Parts: sequence; structure tokens; C-alpha cells
Amino acid sequence: MIVGQQKSLEEIWETIKEYKKVLVLGCNSCVAVCHQGGTKQAEVLSSLLKMHAIQEGVEIELTVSGLERQCEHDFFPPVQEQVSETEGVLSLACGVGVQFMAEKFLTTPIIPALNTTFLGAAQEPDFFVEKCQACGNCILAKTGGICPVSGCAKRLLNGPCGGVSGGKCEINKEQNCVWCLIVSRLESLGKLEDYEKLAELKDWSSDRAGGPRTFKVEGFLP
Amino acid sequence: MSINTESKLKQILEAGHLAVTAECGPPRSTDSEVIINKGKLLKNHVDAVNVTDNQTAVTRMCSLAACIHLKLIGVEPVVQMVTRDRNRIGLQSDILGAASFGINNILCLSGDHQVFGDSPQAQNVFDLDSMQLIQTVRHMCDKGKFLGGDEIKKPPRMFAGAAANPFAEPLQIRVPRLAKKIAAGAEFIQTQGIYNLEQFEKWMHGARERGLHQKTYILAGLIPLKSLGMARYMKKNVPGIDIPDEIIDRLAGVPKDKQAQEGINICVETIERLKEMEGVSGFHIMAIKWEEKVPEIVERTGLFPRPD
Repeated sequence: MIVGQQKSLEEIWETIKEYKKVLVLGCNSCVAVCHQGGTKQAEVLSSLLKMHAIQEGVEIELTVSGLERQCEHDFFPPVQEQVSETEGVLSLACGVGVQFMAEKFLTTPIIPALNTTFLGAAQEPDFFVEKCQACGNCILAKTGGICPVSGCAKRLLNGPCGGVSGGKCEINKEQNCVWCLIVSRLESLGKLEDYEKLAELKDWSSDRAGGPRTFKVEGFLP
Repeated sequence: MSINTESKLKQILEAGHLAVTAECGPPRSTDSEVIINKGKLLKNHVDAVNVTDNQTAVTRMCSLAACIHLKLIGVEPVVQMVTRDRNRIGLQSDILGAASFGINNILCLSGDHQVFGDSPQAQNVFDLDSMQLIQTVRHMCDKGKFLGGDEIKKPPRMFAGAAANPFAEPLQIRVPRLAKKIAAGAEFIQTQGIYNLEQFEKWMHGARERGLHQKTYILAGLIPLKSLGMARYMKKNVPGIDIPDEIIDRLAGVPKDKQAQEGINICVETIERLKEMEGVSGFHIMAIKWEEKVPEIVERTGLFPRPD
């Protein structure tokens, strides 16, 4: 899932204070799972912004709504009217949703309330960990199902650097060295000898380096 | 087989001599005198001098330019190249540039993370890792081709090296990792600084069991300790540095003004013991901001004069 984190109230306020009427719009898929961008969080954020507006002596009308996903046309009909009536939308979606809306509503400013942080898993209900960088060329079959591209700050493909201490990464003592994890995993799978297989030079053209990526399903019947 | 290089370091190793290399860091300025003076200090006592590549991710004069300064005063350079700052285009380009100046030794590294340096906000590249850089060097030299497949009309001739750390985690892949670097094409290895001889011997034993010491030249790394403070700092803060308590106690047992000399003594004794170890092909002395001590270490260990 896509993980996001709400921006500071001050930063959000600076970007919306010029508008008189703002729709605070939650997105109830990924970013709701991480308790940052759902309709529930949109309501809380709206209340905080209302209080802030009073303190600043600024008049602003804030309404709250939400939809299942801000990145798919099918979910928009119920909020279409609300969007067309507002001066601006404060979107609690990830960067995908914000941009999708900006393309959809040509004359309405869409303002992000979140920083989109990573593709991750809910390791605990309140703790999310990056797992994938969507490099477009998955090598998990060769690394015991643990990704060094997303898990290593140097995305090293052939093993750990010298900066491991107590199994932790030198740049973040809370972070397990992904190569220590891969090595233990290969060991428990009885495949430690696989460590010695040299990783091919990676084709990064399917990653960010190749520009924005698209995907068309061939022969799709709606 | 690789195309024969004109590397003096390689020739010395092939002749069966124990090689001696040292390391120096380029200045954080345009002042070439800094590197030239370090080169002059080391020139007669070592076979080649490694020049670090923005070590600890602190911006400095580039390794390649500093190597050229050394080459011009008759010092054999080993250009260190990290994959942190350049993609495969930049790396191949710098390999050609180095070879065009007759720089025939390269140490392939991934590089320290930028968070430790002067630009923690910087993007890092890591298009390749250190093993893939070794492969790249060997591909260019042996096949005479770029990674993209095009022919290099006059290919580089490089003696390709890699680093190895016998003390780093996870310990169970220390020997496999050496084997992997050799499989990638590493012709020589310079190890992390050695203080724990017992662990080093274990690693070397593992290497000998697989015949790895006959497939590459292993230069044992030494970092002379300047003070008790330095030893304690490194033990506590530098991952992959293994300083046993005996060494700490030994430094603590001498007055502060004698600790530097004791550090040199420890280094000399370590070399003496390593000279007896099968699989050690030479020494890589990393006297950090202490290059002037290298001649004393080389002389006291009977490694002077150096072969021609």
C-alpha cells in the first residue's frame, strides 16, 4: 500500500488560507490504513484548521467529504458536485490522488495535505515499513524474498557494505541491515550458497530513470 | 586471462614480493601541494598509493586529479572509485580518463553513505555496486568493450582491486563475499585495518581452504593508532573495526605522550605476525593524516628498500 504522512498544520494552513471555501477530501484506501488520509482524519484535520482560522482571524468555510479512492474515475460521482461548488480541495490522498484530481478538475486547485512517503506494509497497526520502490524489475526471487533495492540505503545488490553493527544499519540504528536479513533468510531456506551468485547489472530503465511509467492491459474488456 | 597491465603494483606482486601500499586523502581545496607533499613522504617506501574518493562522503579534490598529481612526481597511484556519486556512464568515463594518464590500478568501492559527509541532503547514485564496478573494469579491459557493447578502440589496462572486511557482519559470509569479489574479477584485495589477528587468521584460513589466496593478491590492511582516544573511538563507533581489549589496555598502559609510538609499535608487530601468515601478499598501510609515519613502519618491518 501507499503510505503517507500528514504535513504540519502550519504548512497546510499556508497553502489553503487564501481560499474562502475549501473541501477537505479524504481518501479511504491506502492512506486511511495508515491513519493519515481517510475521511475520519479529514474531519479531525478540518476541525483543527477551523480552530486555527479563528485564532488567525480568517474566515474560511471548510466542509469534509471522502471517497474510496481518489485515483479512479469510478469513485468520483458522489463528490462531483461538492468539488464543483468549492473554491479549492484539500486532498488527503497520496500524490497519485492529488494529481489525478488536478487532471480531472481543470479549474479547481487541488492542495496536498499529505507527504507521500513510501510503498510499505503495516508491520504493526501503527507502524509502517517501506518494502518496495517499484523499480519495475523485481529481483525478490534471487534475494530470499527480501528487497535490497528498497531495504538498503545504497541499494546494494551483492551484499552488505561494511557499515553493519549488531545487525543494524549504520545510518539508522533502528533499521535492520537488509543484507543481514537476506543472509539469514537464505540460510534458513538452505540456500546460503545463492549469496555467491553475482547480481546482474540492473536495468534501471524500468525505474524512475526511464521517466513516468504507464501500463496498458491488452485485450481488457470492461 | 586479463590483458597484461603496466601496473607496477601487479608486477611486484607477480614477482612474489610482499607489496606495500599506502593511502592518502586529497585536500578539500584546489591546493595540489597537499597531495604532492604526501606523495613525496611515501614515494620511496611504498609501491603504490591509494587515493581516496571523497571518503566519508566529504567533498574533496577528485581522486583522479589527485592521482595525476602523484603520477607526475613518479608515485604509482591506485585510483579509488566509489559508485555512490556516478552512474555507469560516469564511472566508465573516469576509468578511460584514468587509464589515459597511465593510472593502472583501481580500487572499486561502493562508498560511505552521504549522511556521514558534508551533504547529507544529496541524492546517491548506486547505479552499480562495488562488485559490479569490478566487473565493469574487467569487462572494459579484457573484452575491450563498453558495458553497452560498443568497442573501445584503445581499451584501458587496469589492475582491478576490491576491499574486503574480515571483521564485518554477518561473519558467515566473510569468506563467500571474498569469493564473490574474486568471481567478479578482483585481482587484488586490500583489507580493513587488522587488530584482531585471531579473527583475521580464521578468515584467511577459510580463504586458503577454498584456494582464494591463490586467485587474488590479499594485502593486509593496517591503520596505526595515534592515541588511546582514537582506539576507543574506532572500537565504539566504526562498524567493521574490531579492536580487541588487549590493544586498548596496551595503549592505556603507557603515558599519553608515548601512545602514538606505542600505536606504531603495535602496527609493526602486527605486520611482523602477518608476514608469517600464508595468503598475505602484502600490506596496505592507512596512516590517516599520519602519512609521515609510513616510512618508519616500512623500515622497521624490514620491508625497505622496495623492489624496483
